Formats: sequence, C-alpha cells, structure tokens
Amino acid sequence: MPSTLSRKMGDNCFVITAELAPPRGSDMTAFLRMADIVAPHVDAINVTDNQGANMRMTPLTAAALLVREGLEPIMQITCRDRNRLALQSDLLGASAMGIHNILALTGDHISCGDHSQGRAVFDLDSVLLIRTIQGLNEGRDINGKPLDGRTAFFVGAAAAPEVEPFAVTRPKLAKKAVAGARFYQTQAVFEPRRLSMFCTAVKPLGAKVIAGILVLRSAKMAEFINRNIPGLKIPPAVVERLAQAADPAAEGLRIAIELAKECRDISHGIHLMAMGRDEVVADIVSALK
Amino acid sequence: MIVSTQKTLEDILSSLEGGRKVFIIGCAKCATVCKTGGEEEVFRMQEELTAAGKEVTGTIIIDETCHMLRTGRDLRSRKEQVDDADFLLVLSCGAGIQSVAEASDKKVVAGSDSKFLGNIRRFGHFEQRCSLCGDCRLNDTGGVCPVTVCPKGMLNGPCGGMEDGNCEVDSNNCCAWVTIYERLERQGRLEAMDQSAASRDFSHKRHPHQLKLEK
Repeated sequence: MPSTLSRKMGDNCFVITAELAPPRGSDMTAFLRMADIVAPHVDAINVTDNQGANMRMTPLTAAALLVREGLEPIMQITCRDRNRLALQSDLLGASAMGIHNILALTGDHISCGDHSQGRAVFDLDSVLLIRTIQGLNEGRDINGKPLDGRTAFFVGAAAAPEVEPFAVTRPKLAKKAVAGARFYQTQAVFEPRRLSMFCTAVKPLGAKVIAGILVLRSAKMAEFINRNIPGLKIPPAVVERLAQAADPAAEGLRIAIELAKECRDISHGIHLMAMGRDEVVADIVSALK
Repeated sequence: MIVSTQKTLEDILSSLEGGRKVFIIGCAKCATVCKTGGEEEVFRMQEELTAAGKEVTGTIIIDETCHMLRTGRDLRSRKEQVDDADFLLVLSCGAGIQSVAEASDKKVVAGSDSKFLGNIRRFGHFEQRCSLCGDCRLNDTGGVCPVTVCPKGMLNGPCGGMEDGNCEVDSNNCCAWVTIYERLERQGRLEAMDQSAASRDFSHKRHPHQLKLEK
C-alpha cells in the first residue's frame, strides 16, 4: 500500500495527525505555510472538506498540493456536496494525484454553514461511501463495473467516543469497519476513561483509533464550540478551568498536552485540532517525547 | 394530506398587479384542514382583497382541487364569474393550482406554498413522516422513516452530530436513529441495527410521475 500512514499503523507506531482547512479563496500561501509549520511533527495532515458546511477550496486540490510538497495528506470527503458520480470521480482524481489516505464522512448538514439555502446531496452516507471506496480499491465502481486501474486508499472513518447514547452509534461503527474502514479518527475527547472504554468496545472491529485532541484558546471559544459545532461537547469542568486560568491559551495547551500523554497508553495515535494555532503542534509533540 | 401555507397578502397583491378583478378558488380537502384555502380563509381573502381595492367576481371551494375533471366542471359552472375575472387566485396545494391552470387560460395566481405530505398530530399540528421516496424501508427500521425523519436521510445509523439523542439540525428533535433503536429494542430485534443498508435508488424519484392502474 502506498500510504505511509498505513504502514506506520500496521507497524503499531503511535501516529500523530493534524488538521488544516483549505483556503477560502485561491491563495495557497497561508495554507502551505501552515503545512510547513505542522509537517515536521506529524505523520499525516488531514485536509478538511467544506468543514461545518462552510465553503472553501476543494480538499482534492489542497491535498494534491501537499503531495507535491512531499507531505502526506488525509483527504476528508463528505457526502453532503457530491452525489455518487462526483464522489467516485473525485476519489479517482485523488488517487491519480498521489493522495492515498481518505477520511470518509457523511458531513455536517448544510444548514450548519454559510450556504444554508443550498441543496444538501446525501446520495450516500458514510458507510456506503466507505463501501464504495473499498470497491474502488478492488477495481470496480459502485455498480460493480471494472475500472481501468484500481485505487489503493487507506480509509478511515469518524467516531465520537463520548457521544450519548453510545449503544445507538456502535452498530454503525461496526458497519464502517466491515465496509472497509481501517482507522477511526475521533471527535475531540476530554475524558481518557471514556476513550479507553471506546477503544475496548471497537477493538473487536479491527480498526485502529486516532484520538481527537482539541487545543482550546479560551472559555469563550469552548462555549462557542458547544453552541455551534455539531457533535462536539466540551465538559463544564474544562470550560471552568479555562475561565479560571490567568493565561487561558496556555491553559488550553496544557489541557491538550495532558490528554495527549494519556492517549499514548490508550489509542493508536492522536489527531491534533489546533484551531489555527498550528505552532502548538510542535509543543504537544515535543511534550510526548 | 398535503400541508400548505398561505403566501403573505403582500406577495399575493404583488402577483395581482395589473388587474382588478379576482375569482378565488379554495379546496375542501387538505387546504381546508391546514387552513390555507377553506371556507373561512377564502372568505377572509375576499375581504382583504376588497379592502385592498380589488373586485372579487366570485369564490368557490372545490371538493379536491387536485381532481382535474371536477375542477374543470366546477369552474364551468361559474363561467360568468370566471370569465369576468382578470385573475384566478387559488388557495390550495400546487397540484390544485395546476388543475385550475389546466382548466382555464386565465392568469392563475398561486396564493399558497405546498410544504410536505403531513401526518396530523392534532388540530393545526402537522408532521412530516413520509417523503414519498418510492422505495419504502420501513420494514427494516422499526416503522420509523430515516429518509424523512433524519435531515440527512442516514440509512445506516446516526450521524456524528447526534447529541444526547437529539438531532444536530434541530436539537428539539429526537435523532431518528435513536427512535429506531428504541423501537427495535422494544420489539426484541436489535439485530436489525447491524444490517447494512443498500444505497438508495433515486430513479424512483424521477419526475414527473404517472401511474395508470390496470383495468
């Protein structure tokens, strides 16, 4: 498999990934600068897909530019903005551009973002998308017709370890693994005990767990996320800790480092969501050494 | 039933610009139940248009405006009033509005917006449970439609936006998949949650639809 991330995870290395959003415009300067800051410290960089249903450059182009820079992207792709034709053709394009890691998502609803009057597609959902990618890897399209050249994607899926009720989400996690997901990149975790329970629950499914870690800047930011970002809940104790801190940004980094250290013994990797503070990725990674 | 809502008077008046005489058509079925174009609403519209300087040449409540032949026949029975009007203002669903359009060459004005196929919870309270997808999966989902009740139409379980069992799009709504899970659990068939659903066949949604029953 051409994916280096896949090889490292296969070798049971503790992997570190970070996340970058493509630009809201055609200027790649800031994106590539952030990639340069983050890249030396991580194994792969997630490139988000119109995250939160807010319009940005296609992750296909942004991820391809990372490949050109010699970096390893994980291209996120959602079912919100593309039907089955567009999903497959973008995935074939990604493969041709040397993108070999995919995070397959359903996507936040279009009503969450800045184009709320647009039409949401949702022709497939994440399980069906993963199954489709598995088909591309086996050299056939969604209808079973053979392709001129198969893909070699290392496919991941999203998971939410702290969501309630967990029992309702578990069957879908299993479907994702059966469909072809080899790793879960999780929503931000705040309680290592919950992450540990999650890892135990999904262990029989065979997919590895990369735990999401969010670097918060302030209590206000945490409250904003709690109000506006679907599926993300920052516990009151964490918000309180930020509110009480003399330097909330430094406290946010301390919280992230504490969680990262705990994850080392629980998950197969961590996924750092630096929320624009890309320089802190180096701090977290060096604290793990 | 088809749930519709009346357009604002301002919108209706702007569609009636360039003419003075209006014939108003309501519907005795769905539009009556959701108070878009029943007796009461047609009467009120007549009063409002008159107050706004229009002349109402007549009104009629057709029993099922979607019934094309009946609509044509009923309008012919009021031929003088219809012929005298500059506009036919229809307070029914879009199907009814088009029955009227097919029955007359007069300018037809839609006075309402069709919203959804609705279940009636109680008087004046409607809920969408079916989106007429043409490919019913209720046998696999405990009698709760994820295509309709989930805003993303998730076929394989809840999305990542579910929080405390509620929907990411409207936190006042229970996640469709939580409802499905609870029903399947009560029926002792939770194993249905493990079945991977096939992708939808959207060819069922190609429109315009027609159905002719075999004799």
